[in-house]
Amino acid sequence: MNYSDLLVQGLVEGCIYALIAVGLTLVYGLLRILHIAHAGIFTLGAYVGLLLTNETGSFAAAFVITVVAVGFFGMAFYRLFYEPILDKPPHVALIASIGLFVAMEEIYRIVFGATSISFLAPPLKDTVEVAGVRLEEGRIAVVVLAVVLIGGLAVLAGRTRIGIAWRATVSDAAMAESFGIDLARVRYINFFVASALAAAAGVMVALLLNQVIPTMGGVPAYKALAIIVLGGLGNVKGTLIAALALGVIESFGTIYLDRVLDRDAIAFAFLIAVLMIRPQGLFARR
Amino acid sequence: MYEISLLTVMSFSVIFALSLNLITGFCGQISLGHAAFYGIGAYSAALFTTDGGSFWLALPLAMAVAGFFGFIVGFASLRVRHDFLAITTMGVGFLFTGFVRQQDFLGGEEGIAGIPDPGIGQIPYMLLCAALATAVIAFSLYLKRSWMGHAFDAIATDEDTARTLGIDVARYKLTAFVFGTALAGLAGALFAHYVKFVEVESFDFIESISVLAMVIVGGIGSVWGVVVAAAFLSVLPLLLQVFADFKLLIYGVLLFTVMYFAPGGIDSLMRMLWRRISGRRTAG
Repeated sequence: MNYSDLLVQGLVEGCIYALIAVGLTLVYGLLRILHIAHAGIFTLGAYVGLLLTNETGSFAAAFVITVVAVGFFGMAFYRLFYEPILDKPPHVALIASIGLFVAMEEIYRIVFGATSISFLAPPLKDTVEVAGVRLEEGRIAVVVLAVVLIGGLAVLAGRTRIGIAWRATVSDAAMAESFGIDLARVRYINFFVASALAAAAGVMVALLLNQVIPTMGGVPAYKALAIIVLGGLGNVKGTLIAALALGVIESFGTIYLDRVLDRDAIAFAFLIAVLMIRPQGLFARR
Repeated sequence: MYEISLLTVMSFSVIFALSLNLITGFCGQISLGHAAFYGIGAYSAALFTTDGGSFWLALPLAMAVAGFFGFIVGFASLRVRHDFLAITTMGVGFLFTGFVRQQDFLGGEEGIAGIPDPGIGQIPYMLLCAALATAVIAFSLYLKRSWMGHAFDAIATDEDTARTLGIDVARYKLTAFVFGTALAGLAGALFAHYVKFVEVESFDFIESISVLAMVIVGGIGSVWGVVVAAAFLSVLPLLLQVFADFKLLIYGVLLFTVMYFAPGGIDSLMRMLWRRISGRRTAG
């Protein structure tokens, strides 16, 4: 492995982290809820995407259907579980969310079985050479997707009426409501977008690993939590930078830090070090 | 005998749950990585006795080592609060498991097997655990009513106001972390010498969530509620196969439903019931 390989690997991982973490930070920015169950939605996306691909034979169609369907699932999830407890103290939603996540993983185990499921005909497995680095098509697809989806999100937030309503609600919900913005609608859209992004990440991870297991949401999700804190909770730009940085750091860390720490613990070592110096995260909004 | 092992498991689970209750319940500092300190206690006691050390010295040693790391993590609670603290403590849990997995002297992925028997027989061991659990219950009840308990309560309710009132917030938070993590270490040492085998999976995020579930179901900050919840939740998987198979599902659903319908847990439900009964009596 040379340095450019490691860098590219890290960036691909970073794009996946970004897709998961942006949704988390959007939910936090709007509702001040640490949405741990986001990881469960990510895993749901992986299962639905893989099973639909095996059923229909078309990865592209399965991908689109999964992203939209899981987006709607996210809206229902919010309506059923979070909306009724919005005005309770913050730890209530946090602990409820942990409970939901643990329960979701168990439900996947019961419904889909504890053993892994794979693609019948793994799509996008050919390799191509880009700038001297050999890459699987799937990895390129991850990067393209992350750029398109998050870019699209930026346009949505910056250029459309929905986006303006959204940003207004994030900065001052009561004021936004008094100007006639429908808060419930903004929150539904927020959960749709966050869950759709998580589902996209889930399908892509399923594709890269060519397997889906009930507990696959755990590790990337905890890392996504570390990332959104590093990015300054609720800050989308900071989250993106933190996601890419973590991907690259981990990629190099597996070579230099492997004797001391497990790969998956690097994110938290980095997080704790940063928080002790800057308790508000790297890119807090002031 | 079966009942003996049930009581033993129940005892160290009560100690473990009360140790988290001290930090999260009394002092209001949420911890999502408490199993790390349970693990630190278990591993340090296991290393000590497999190396020929005395079991009786292993217990205070486990408390000291866990309390020392708790003191360090306590500093994190001085820097970050609420949601940030929740994620930081979760990170501490991952650092612990991530570190242990890569260390040969801690057995890495395989863990440490062949931990020697304390050599006092099953029934005395159960009595020892029960006596220690009773002591921890008494300590919790005492602490709650002491001056320190009131200071903890003030910090849990409103840290800034507590500081304005002249309460040394940093000192009390650190004290809560040291006491709570040292007791978790004790529970870990008792656990290690009961199962005679430690591996990193016993102290992962799920274990942190399990002990949190005991505290939440019992009622955050309530001593008796947490004791009842810990006793039940720890032995149910041993008594009922269904509970063992679906333990995590049940924990997950419990965490959610308690938060959704009765954030005060068993404690508040019992109080409500009591008020209703005594209310009817005075009315009649």
